[in-house]
Amino acid sequence: MISSATRARIDAEIAKYPVKRGALLPALHHVHAELGYVSHESAAAIADIFDLRPVEVMEVVSFYNMFFDTPQPRHHVRVCTNLPCSLRGARTLLAQIESHLGIEAGQASSDGRIGLGHEECLGACAYAPMMRVNDRYHEDLDVEKAKRILDSLE
Amino acid sequence: MLRVPHVTNYLSEHFADDAFGTLAGYERYGGYKAARQAITGMAPSEVVALVKESGLQGRGGAGFLAGLKWSFMPAETDKPKYLVCNADESEPGSFKDRILLERAPHLLLEGILIGAWATGASKTFLYIRGEYAFPAAQLERAIAEAYDKGYLGKRVMRSGFSHDVVLHRGAGAYICGEETGLLESLEGKKGQPRKKPPFPAQYGAFGMPSTVNNVETFCHVPHIVAKGSDWFRAFGTEKSPGTTIFGVSGHAVRLGLYELPLGTPLEEIVYRHAGGVPEGRRVKGVIPGGVSMPILPADQLDVPMANEFLRERKTMLGTGGIMVMDDTTCMVRAACVITYFFRDESCGQCTQCREGTGWLNKIVNRIERGAGVPEDLDVLIDVAGKMEGQTICAFADAAAWPVQGLLRHFRADFEQHVHERKCPFPESFQL
Repeated sequence: MISSATRARIDAEIAKYPVKRGALLPALHHVHAELGYVSHESAAAIADIFDLRPVEVMEVVSFYNMFFDTPQPRHHVRVCTNLPCSLRGARTLLAQIESHLGIEAGQASSDGRIGLGHEECLGACAYAPMMRVNDRYHEDLDVEKAKRILDSLE
Repeated sequence: MLRVPHVTNYLSEHFADDAFGTLAGYERYGGYKAARQAITGMAPSEVVALVKESGLQGRGGAGFLAGLKWSFMPAETDKPKYLVCNADESEPGSFKDRILLERAPHLLLEGILIGAWATGASKTFLYIRGEYAFPAAQLERAIAEAYDKGYLGKRVMRSGFSHDVVLHRGAGAYICGEETGLLESLEGKKGQPRKKPPFPAQYGAFGMPSTVNNVETFCHVPHIVAKGSDWFRAFGTEKSPGTTIFGVSGHAVRLGLYELPLGTPLEEIVYRHAGGVPEGRRVKGVIPGGVSMPILPADQLDVPMANEFLRERKTMLGTGGIMVMDDTTCMVRAACVITYFFRDESCGQCTQCREGTGWLNKIVNRIERGAGVPEDLDVLIDVAGKMEGQTICAFADAAAWPVQGLLRHFRADFEQHVHERKCPFPESFQL
């Protein structure tokens, strides 16, 4: 389902583009902001707005790393493991975070609080290792700093 | 917010002042004078000619001449024309566009405005990678300020020229940095690159004539308009004028950004500016311009950082993202990380790329585990060679080149793994 507030935001996005479909990614960002993922119902509603079939919406959802088709944990924790970060111990940090949380990358904590994963370059290469928690970057990490950040997440 | 570059020049000289990111602060440093000068005092063709004379090369990786690209836009057309700013910075090792977005959003908008005037574009789509939430917020605020002041929207600076800027957030896909992948993504589709021709100047965003330029490319433009092409050409080399913001990552002592003239020797950046590697270690290899660009061994760092010189060493400037690796580094592990990235990010359209990236990754992983055979090295060369130049976009080349570079200069590392049936670099970074 899409709330009327989200619908209004989507309509405002559509007005910016010469072709309606241009606003599809912005619309999906708004759906994620509201629901955290694109449910079957929201895919159908989005398809309706954009004159698409639901499968065409899901095709786009599945292409992008920041879009999801299943309910998500409250916080996305993503450790960058590309080369500049790996050279500075990103994989070691990720392993330490895995053991601290008792889950592996690709899994979520059983309370649905944290979903852990690794990610490709986030553009913080000189301040490695680093991780992204939802929309926020945390740079120049060591394991203690990372633990404090993770433990403070609600 | 990214820290101010260790070495600054005309792009970054005011970055230490947070107010430079606001419209009022930017104008205190003379901001928007160049746009006013162009829009009220120069014909669009004069602006294109000036940027052509300056020799400004695109700073997004390919190094194509910006003025020449602008001149491809049709002058006589009934269709709306669009400008697209590529802020999808995702090349591993690159973070220079991020600092421009965070600390100089109005410099970017002024460059866009001048580009729009020069090309006759009615609208700019500013495509920023989805993960850049903070830079996007900075831009959103700056765009609102520019509208309020009458620098964007109808009748820009009270001229007859109108221009809109639409901020568009991506959603996590490296391929959307490729200009036609970006256009597809902008249109609400999967970011799968288009066959060329037609080029964007004929058939770009939403099928309309479009020009795609990188963030940093736009940021040089106000300086060129304000101070002239001769001033610009005083920086850098004859073929590669101007400065660029180099990013230094990996094992160097002083990591961060350095704005230096193109043509600065790589060794000067690595040793003098970035302090080399920690005591007791030696440099083993340096990637000069993001992971797509082939590595150089320690004895080739005398190369000036400009494409005309880097090409002689079978590599390129790319995005200027310099990755320093010390002598503990296992180059097979480096290959594992790099090939994993390209396998993960291949859009899957072309067989050579979709399959080839996976094969490269599987083989280097096998070699790292100690399960490689001597023929694997030739298979790597063979697969990489068959990916190159065979696909819709340059992604497959970008995946093949680093493997070719590692084998060209560090073949012994690979051979040692095969002979000893294990990784001979126990102190190397962990996978």
